[in-house]
Amino acid sequence: MIGPMLAEAFSALGANRLRSILTMLGMVIGVGAVITMLSVGEGTKAQVQATIESMGSNLFIVQAGSAQSGAVRTGAGGVPTLTAADAEAIAELADVNAAAPVAPGNAQVVTAYGNWSTQIMGTTEDMLVARDWSLASGYPISESDVRSASRVALIGRTIVTNLFGDEDPVGQTIRIRNLPFVVQGVLAGKGQSLDGRDQDDTILVPVTTAQRQLFAGRFGDTVRFIIVQASSADAMSRVQTDMTALLRDRHRIGEGQEDDFQIRNLAAMADSAAQTAQVMTLMLAAIASISLIVGGIGIMNIMLVSVTERTREIGIRMAIGARQRDVLLQFLLEALMLSLLGCLIGVGLGIGGAWLIKLLGGLDTVVTPESVILAFAVATAVGVFFGYYPARKAARLKPIEALRYQ
Amino acid sequence: MADALIRVEGLKKSYVSPAGTVEVLHGLDFQINAGEFVAVMGPSGSGKSTMMNILGCLDTASSGKFEIAGKDTAQLSNDQLAGLRNEVIGFVFQGFNLLQRTTIEDNVALPLVYRSADKPTRRKEAREILAKVGLDGYALSRPNQISGGQQQRVAIARALVGKPKIVFADEPTGNLDTKTSHEIMDLFTGLNRQEGITLVIVTHEADVAQYADRLIRLVDGRIDYDGPSRAYFQERAA
Repeated sequence: MIGPMLAEAFSALGANRLRSILTMLGMVIGVGAVITMLSVGEGTKAQVQATIESMGSNLFIVQAGSAQSGAVRTGAGGVPTLTAADAEAIAELADVNAAAPVAPGNAQVVTAYGNWSTQIMGTTEDMLVARDWSLASGYPISESDVRSASRVALIGRTIVTNLFGDEDPVGQTIRIRNLPFVVQGVLAGKGQSLDGRDQDDTILVPVTTAQRQLFAGRFGDTVRFIIVQASSADAMSRVQTDMTALLRDRHRIGEGQEDDFQIRNLAAMADSAAQTAQVMTLMLAAIASISLIVGGIGIMNIMLVSVTERTREIGIRMAIGARQRDVLLQFLLEALMLSLLGCLIGVGLGIGGAWLIKLLGGLDTVVTPESVILAFAVATAVGVFFGYYPARKAARLKPIEALRYQ
Repeated sequence: MADALIRVEGLKKSYVSPAGTVEVLHGLDFQINAGEFVAVMGPSGSGKSTMMNILGCLDTASSGKFEIAGKDTAQLSNDQLAGLRNEVIGFVFQGFNLLQRTTIEDNVALPLVYRSADKPTRRKEAREILAKVGLDGYALSRPNQISGGQQQRVAIARALVGKPKIVFADEPTGNLDTKTSHEIMDLFTGLNRQEGITLVIVTHEADVAQYADRLIRLVDGRIDYDGPSRAYFQERAA
């Protein structure tokens, strides 16, 4: 039954070729716009995702809290309360992968090649774990480096470019605040962070070295913050509770007293960034899908004209034994064919559009299979929805009236 | 008594018009048996086409009883009526009513499409029937490429392809010249005599009606004559 009906629908559309093409154009443009817009949204999302992943996953930042003396409150981290020992204790908690204390500061760095002001982070080997940071070459900071406060450094890619040029920096000496450090390794590139900072413009040294030698007197034995990585996204809320209890206990904070530290959940921040990208994708798609509805109305319009024009044909078919559902199916198939053919061409156009935007606009675009499947699903729905009314109108004609129609 | 294929009792048809209700058929009673060849005559406006449309299940009666192949049409749904049109009835129109975009073969096979017959079957049966009406070799032509007489043969083939019990023809020769008309009537007569197909033909031409065995003459929506056609024409000639 479907076979001859498909052939019939095809020949009916072919008989009015220009009209069919113009009708399809609505779907073509609609689907093309949806595919292109979704690809732009997906591209943006992928970019945000990559940035988030470069940050490390399931992270907390534990900061020293604010202090109040009289009416004056200091900002977060104003009171140095966190210590490297806190970090070690946190690392012992269940579901904690890594806890890296960070004692940061800025310093001038000098080599034979030149000099450069950059951020120095005193930390431990846990930093590499938490931030999912691998080494391009060399060795990481070890536990014994931290214990003995040795003058070793891991340097970022930007530092290499500025202070070594093409030379291999591993094993070379750099001077930070005039103290000689041996470059033990080079960090793999991470690119920009979410807020646009260059994550590769940094030097990692053992936390003890930073506390006692580089920034002596600034930290004592405290650190500015601790980066903590939970073992999984599911474990995050439990880890946060455990950390709070642990730190309150270690800092001897009595009941009813405020915490002297803050725990920030970076995963939540990452989620909201991803969500923003998602909302943008949806909005673009929503705007584009309006043209799909317009395309659908075009199909309905032409199908109504077609039913009127072919009233006599419908009468002949009914006289020969076509049931209502046969006529309904025939016109529904025609509408579906219009919308699906339009969709097919529109997908091609959309992929072309996405490619053009990438080429000329410099925006990342990603055409996902899901967006193509979505386009076909929507086109089917549009074809059935807007084709049903004209098809039903055809099916409900009385045979004798349809036959008499001139 | 022979098998009654069609039984009509008190059949009335009226239309509602702005001027009021117009009754076109004022209560017809007759029956048609299997194998009969019936001509329906009458002046224009006598209601013969209206009657034909009701008998062909294209239209419904306002009141009265109409049974075809033992089924009371008043009790049937639209789909069941479509089923009757497809399997029990063949219809031939004055204006041929072929689908212009479709090949001769596919036009003839159309009733089989609505029976969900597969393509080889449709093709085979359409070609067989085309050979029977003398249109071998035209299977892949289109209606606008052949003459009126040939088009009517195609329409007859389409009416026959479903092996109906009865074929209705409404002015089948109305658009044809005299010579072609006689060829078409010879074809009909052959089908009735050799294949035993029941035929009901509406016409206003006496020489067409003379092919039939029985004549029903309508005047103003009433049966004016119902009997052997030979007797009627002999009486008139006398």
